[in-house]
Amino acid sequence: MDSCVKIINEWDIVAARQLGRNVARDLGFGTVDQARITTAISELARNIYLYAEQGEVCIEKTESGGKIGLVIISEDQGPGISDLRKVMEDGFSTSGGLGAGLPGVKRLVDEFHIESNPGEGTLIKAIKWLR
Amino acid sequence: MRIPILKLHDTLLISIQWELDDQTALQFQEDLLHKIHETSARGVVIDLTSIDFIDSFIAKVLGDVISMSELMGAKVMITGIQPAVAITLIELGIRLEDVLTALDLEKGLEKLQRELED
Ligand SMILES: Nc1ncnc2c1ncn2[C@@H]1O[C@H](COP(=O)(O)OP(=O)(O)OP(=O)(O)O)[C@@H](O)[C@H]1O
Ligand SMILES: [Mg+2]
Repeated sequence: MDSCVKIINEWDIVAARQLGRNVARDLGFGTVDQARITTAISELARNIYLYAEQGEVCIEKTESGGKIGLVIISEDQGPGISDLRKVMEDGFSTSGGLGAGLPGVKRLVDEFHIESNPGEGTLIKAIKWLR
Repeated sequence: MRIPILKLHDTLLISIQWELDDQTALQFQEDLLHKIHETSARGVVIDLTSIDFIDSFIAKVLGDVISMSELMGAKVMITGIQPAVAITLIELGIRLEDVLTALDLEKGLEKLQRELED
């Protein structure tokens, strides 16, 4: 059930979170976790659209030690992030946003990894485990 | 798609019935302010019963529209926030401070009426 949505315009943000919500529902996540997953995808997809212009969000199923999880992968070849610690602080924004996106996503999921190199792009992997 | 804004006496009623995309949210912000101006409404009730998630962008648009409406002299009441939405908003780190809220549209209208009478 691996599937990806290319993020090029605002409508792709809607498509990515709809895909995520459907996969979450199919995997058996409850309504609160569905909302967490949908919100996390929306934040990551919007960041691609706003800061990297284009990229891709992929939703995958994962299994580990008898647990089932949903993986969100957000990847772009945009400008990258030079100070990763700073962007993970609540309230830090270069666009007049709330600066809630990245730190918020980290709280909404169970595992969060971010890799970014200035000039090369950003790769974020987030996992929510089914309880 | 535009979100319909209904008028009931001196109150505007909005029930958001489908998932908000960015354009619809911004259009709604503009439409509501124009409508407040046109009708001299003193109160606004925004019902979110059908909304199953709110991200930081929509939260910002909502927060802004509340402040803008209040600048124009209209009180805003938010109703019908689902449990999942309340939980994700707080986890995201978003506090809709000083916002009037009620469980459902009916209670919201009553509470708003009382606020407007004081
Ligand atoms: N994919 C990305 N590529 C480059 N820079 C990014 C990317 N994602 C986030 N950033 C940078 O990290 C900052 C923080 O992002 P975050 O999503 O936390 O807040 P925001 O987008 O500014 O506001 P909000 O998400 O609350 O509307 C952004 O302002 C931007 O400078
Ligand atoms: Mg963001």
